[in-house]
Amino acid sequence: MNGKYRILLPVLSLTVLLAAVFYLQPRAMSYFGLNLLFNLAVPIALATIAQMMIMMVNDIDLSVGTFVSFVACVTATFLNDAPLIGVAILLASILAYAAIGALIHIRQLPAIVVTLGMSFVWGGLAVLLLPSPGGAAPDWIRTIMTVKPPFVPMAVVACILIAGLTHLLIMRSATGAILRAVGGNAQAVARSGWSVTKLKAGAYALAGLFGVLAGVCLVGLTTSADANIALRYTLLSIAGVILGGGEFTGGRVSPVGAVIGALTLALAGSFLSFMRLSPDWQIGAQGAILILVLAVRLIFSRRNRKWRTSDNG
Amino acid sequence: MEVATGAGGSKPDVPLVALSGACVHFGAVRALDGVSLTVRPGECVGLIGHNGAGKSTAVNVINGGLTPTDGSVHYAHSPETKGTGVVRARASGIRSVFQELSLCPNLSVLENLRVPHRDLKGIGWRKAAAERIAKALDEVFPGHRIEPGMTVGDLTLAERQMVEIAAGFAGGPSPARLVILDEPTSSLDASIARQLLEHVRRFCAGGGAVIFISHMLGEVFEVASRIDVMKDGKIIASRPASDFTQQGLIDAMGHVASEKTEARVAVESSQRIGDEVLRTSEGLNARKGEIVGLAGLAGHGQAEALARFFMSRSGNLRRVKNPDVAFVAGDRGRDGVMPIWSILRNLTLTHLPSLARRGLVSAEAERKLGADWKQRIGIRTGNLDNLILSLSGGNQQKVLFARALASTAPIVVMDDPMRGVDVGTKQEAYDMIRREAASGRTFLWYSTETDEVCQCDRVFVFRNGRISAELTGGEINEENILAASFQMQGAGA
Repeated sequence: MNGKYRILLPVLSLTVLLAAVFYLQPRAMSYFGLNLLFNLAVPIALATIAQMMIMMVNDIDLSVGTFVSFVACVTATFLNDAPLIGVAILLASILAYAAIGALIHIRQLPAIVVTLGMSFVWGGLAVLLLPSPGGAAPDWIRTIMTVKPPFVPMAVVACILIAGLTHLLIMRSATGAILRAVGGNAQAVARSGWSVTKLKAGAYALAGLFGVLAGVCLVGLTTSADANIALRYTLLSIAGVILGGGEFTGGRVSPVGAVIGALTLALAGSFLSFMRLSPDWQIGAQGAILILVLAVRLIFSRRNRKWRTSDNG
Repeated sequence: MEVATGAGGSKPDVPLVALSGACVHFGAVRALDGVSLTVRPGECVGLIGHNGAGKSTAVNVINGGLTPTDGSVHYAHSPETKGTGVVRARASGIRSVFQELSLCPNLSVLENLRVPHRDLKGIGWRKAAAERIAKALDEVFPGHRIEPGMTVGDLTLAERQMVEIAAGFAGGPSPARLVILDEPTSSLDASIARQLLEHVRRFCAGGGAVIFISHMLGEVFEVASRIDVMKDGKIIASRPASDFTQQGLIDAMGHVASEKTEARVAVESSQRIGDEVLRTSEGLNARKGEIVGLAGLAGHGQAEALARFFMSRSGNLRRVKNPDVAFVAGDRGRDGVMPIWSILRNLTLTHLPSLARRGLVSAEAERKLGADWKQRIGIRTGNLDNLILSLSGGNQQKVLFARALASTAPIVVMDDPMRGVDVGTKQEAYDMIRREAASGRTFLWYSTETDEVCQCDRVFVFRNGRISAELTGGEINEENILAASFQMQGAGA
């Protein structure tokens, strides 16, 4: 029951917000307007999916923001100048993510501490690569990010693709089921003879992969990079997962919800600009929107629990 | 291909699993002390025993979760090659259904089958999994209303247990040959339990084997062809079920006579015990100066009853200085010690409000209190400023006793406080409890050990979350406690 309706709330909040934006600024209701609204949501959606992979196995990743910044710096420098080395660095960083996941599980370390530490590592590497904003986006990624498909803008197509593919991977495939099982009951998974270490490393590697995609996309949109380009992604991605109906523990995640959550957060920013709210207040107002949506969700889940206990009792 | 009953192709005389002289030691504790056990196709072995008799350890050795420190395990259908014990046990058709649910609540019923059935992958795995679990559910529990697509977290407790059992019997490339059922009927109602027992009989008749662990002796007699009784890590009796009577089983599980009765100090309880000071909704009550025991098999609601009572009487901010109830934790690591604090700070934790002057803790008063209790209960340490973890388990427990007893609380709640404590400390603690009771304190004492329960004035035996018996005075003996812990009638009928 609960699982089926879990996706309704994120869809509803996105619809309400979208309606409000169209009401304030009818011109946004066009091919060009939609692309502009959701353009920067694509890398946020990818980073949110990366965060979701980690939250799926009951951990949390505080290094997403600096990792995406690091990837953006690699993309704007090495991937552009020496593509082979660039690709090698990006692959190595995905392996590093997998290694962190394995380490966290083997040593039973708190993920929040390890990833907080790693956020400084990635941040430091990013500053070493690009001490001042600069670099250039490789042409191919620029072409992909500015492609103009008929009828529906690129940003919307990309978000639907991301949601669809990750839904197949996480919610439908056999691999996705066992990864979610780690979040649900790791002990049961281990008792059936699986290596939880390998599975956790796999989930972290997927997070690394989506983090890399987020960084590359971001450079494709901005055409240059900066060591601090994506710092706010850490909190945005956590909020996006939760907004999309995911939970911090128990392996309850929804890739479609996460993408919708990321879109909602990106849209909340535009909405506040259309309201002519001073930028000083925007972050606070964004937080207020988040609290509002989560409060509605809490009321729903409370009521749901009450029904269930009265059923059982 | 997908057969849920029967285990094709097992030769009846080759044991599916054979333990010989298996020992498992956890530190100084001998959880399993030389157990030899064979299970052949067609057999249903009832395995019974009291708390800590070694049932779960034996099961974990059989399913490969634990490697015995001594002795060996042989599986019939798995070559002795590489792979962890779990993988080898699964390959030879051994499935366990655990008492504590081992499903993932976030996954659907069919996705849960993916966890034990590793062959479910690739395109179409969902359809195969749905068919497999639906077939098993239909066979074990005809008339169930569980759809493979339902999320497990939305199912009732009984339905979850049904899914778990069905997954144990579900067929696949390596069919189930030996299914271990650990308290399978604990949350099933009578008619569903009956379906399970019938399926177990069908499964064994078809050449499968089952190890059946239950506190419902009626059920064990109904399905078991052989009953093995465990005590203190050993199998002390193994006979065909028809050779046992229910009373005979209870006697076999217990100690030889009541060897500890004389250890009881008969305090003039009539003088000591005063008026009733507490009564809870489940019928638990105690009087001033009384030591009330909570007994029964572990996990039958005793700890929950204590926690509910404690929570209902604590947390009142106006009474921090004079709490109504004090708590002695048994699981020291979880709700007892502060691991990085000194002994002194651990000891005085709950008394800080009464040691404080204008919001600051008086170091002198704290030190005095610590020294006083160090001497009164004999904490063996040179310096109270040492870390709490520098103490032995028994001495850590003494600190926790001191923490509770130093308060003025008239009621002390103890949640299996002697877990992992040596015999000497236990005797000291018993004396201390009796002294405190004599001065008018009431004790609620949950213990998994019968010796300790025999120290009490009155004992409530719990079964399935309810009080099944209230014993007083001379009635408190191991035999009566065991009889009340195990259900004597048939399958809950």
